[in-house]
Amino acid sequence: MHKYCKTKGDIVFDIFNNVSMILLCICFIYPFWDVIVLSFSSPKTASNLGLRIFPIDFSLDAYKEVLRSEVIYSGLYNSLFRTIIGTVLTTILTYFGAYGLSKKKLPFRNAITLFILFTMFFGGGLIPSYMLVKDLGLMGSRWSLILPGLTNAWFLIIARNFIMELPESLEEAALLDGASPFQMICKIMLPLSLPIISVIALWSAVGHWNSWFDAMIYCKVQGKLVLQLVLRMILIEKTPAGTGILPGGVLYASNTKTTPETVKAASIAITIFPIICTYPFLQKYFVKGIMIGALKG
Amino acid sequence: MNIGLREMALKGIIIKKVSIVKKMYFYYLLLLPVIAYFILFHYIPMYGVQLAFKDYRILDGIAGSPWVGLKHFIRLFTGPFFGQILSNTLIISFYRIVFGFFAPIVFALLLNEITNIWLKRITQTISYLPYFISWVILGGIMIEMLSPSRGVVNYVITLFGGEPIYFLTEPKYFVSILIISGIWQSVGWSSIIYLAAISSIDAEQYDSAYIDGANRFHMMLYITLPSIKSIIIILFILGFGGVLSSGFDQIFNLYNAAVLSVADVIDTYVYRVGLNDMQYSYSTAVGLFKNVVGFILVILCNFIVKKISEDENGIW
Repeated sequence: MHKYCKTKGDIVFDIFNNVSMILLCICFIYPFWDVIVLSFSSPKTASNLGLRIFPIDFSLDAYKEVLRSEVIYSGLYNSLFRTIIGTVLTTILTYFGAYGLSKKKLPFRNAITLFILFTMFFGGGLIPSYMLVKDLGLMGSRWSLILPGLTNAWFLIIARNFIMELPESLEEAALLDGASPFQMICKIMLPLSLPIISVIALWSAVGHWNSWFDAMIYCKVQGKLVLQLVLRMILIEKTPAGTGILPGGVLYASNTKTTPETVKAASIAITIFPIICTYPFLQKYFVKGIMIGALKG
Repeated sequence: MNIGLREMALKGIIIKKVSIVKKMYFYYLLLLPVIAYFILFHYIPMYGVQLAFKDYRILDGIAGSPWVGLKHFIRLFTGPFFGQILSNTLIISFYRIVFGFFAPIVFALLLNEITNIWLKRITQTISYLPYFISWVILGGIMIEMLSPSRGVVNYVITLFGGEPIYFLTEPKYFVSILIISGIWQSVGWSSIIYLAAISSIDAEQYDSAYIDGANRFHMMLYITLPSIKSIIIILFILGFGGVLSSGFDQIFNLYNAAVLSVADVIDTYVYRVGLNDMQYSYSTAVGLFKNVVGFILVILCNFIVKKISEDENGIW
């Protein structure tokens, strides 16, 4: 549609559109940029009102302060634990479950699908789920962050839809050649399903990395705090005046080189760093996932 | 001879049947953990909903606690908080629908008109980014942006001669902050579905419009927009299914005691009375009220959408 010669109106429209998009991009990215610049600032410039384009007197002290506190490392460990274990378990359970669900001839298939879909629209709510975790004895355990969210209806349905598109003749050929059903799935179907597996794994990983609410209600135990929760304490909870320690136990006033704000900014920068680094490369997989889900919805 | 053949054929059928049963058995085996998971973590909490009709006593457990009928619901509907949290929830959802719903459509239309492929890609990448960051961090960033002594928003205000504003503790600004930061977080991501719909529009329509002398703005208004009309309507109706969920993560990380009068929604109320005040039964009742109404709305919206897409022969 862009091969025509442009009229005057088109050129005006183009300029207007491109300029407004660039401005919009700047608005979108500026908050992140501001915080990153703030994290490299010295206390003098950090408390100024103004645009932060570049750090004026560059300083790494806020990072040193953050990286000195143990709670960040244990938070990182706990976040990685739930992200890695949770993602692996979710992907395996979802894929094999969806495989079973994809068989049109399976008796009661519709009933099972409905049974799963129903949970998308109705649930017990906060307190009954909380009581369940309590009764299972998971309170304060890292598994309370993994087990309750092992899979969900959305993942299962998009995986099922994907598997249903794979040619069934491949399956039969493998079975005729004497492969067991399990071998057939692992050696033939699984490699063909890598697109959907990567989509589920990525969504699951981002979900785990960003979760904080479950950690707040199930696992607010010293040493088992996930990074997001540590961050929540640092960023959102009120800074106790004059103690020199942010909630969560990060020091900020052990010297005069940092302020609560630069330390907060540095902890934000550290947490979003892995996302910002990997996200541009993974973006297309996320988009693919939403497409698979939406068009079949 | 004849009999032998028949026997063999029969045997073959039996083997095939057995192998089908075996296969099905195997598929059930695959599904078993999933079904067990849903029973344990979704259906048992649904059973626990009976708490809403009981007075919870720790020693008796959920099943053993005494029934009290509709006591908690009566308390909810006649209590002083109900009107406030319900209206807060609906007001926030209303503005989210009015502004938050149309923003991604406009954004997708403008994105589609970008002629420079690199600018388009960079815009997409940047606009999707906030969607992948938790509200804990986005909330922390918002606090910094809106800070009266350091934030860029107040810098711009002082540039124009205004006085710095304490945005996050001012009830009259809070809802706007929610809506704007919500758009910032999700406008790019929500535009994907519209972009996909736009990309499936037949190019011939644009060709003939060009011959008829239409410029790009006309094409956008009279071809692109009408072509994605059905998906807009569908998503609009589906959006109503969620009016009682007004974004717990976002509100919870931005609100504070000073703005509770406008920021307290059903979800935050359920959390506070349930897990802070330990009123388990009452909180379950509030949650159940929300879930039941939400469920009815979702079913209703899905039903309407189905009707519409049958009539329109829509994309779905």
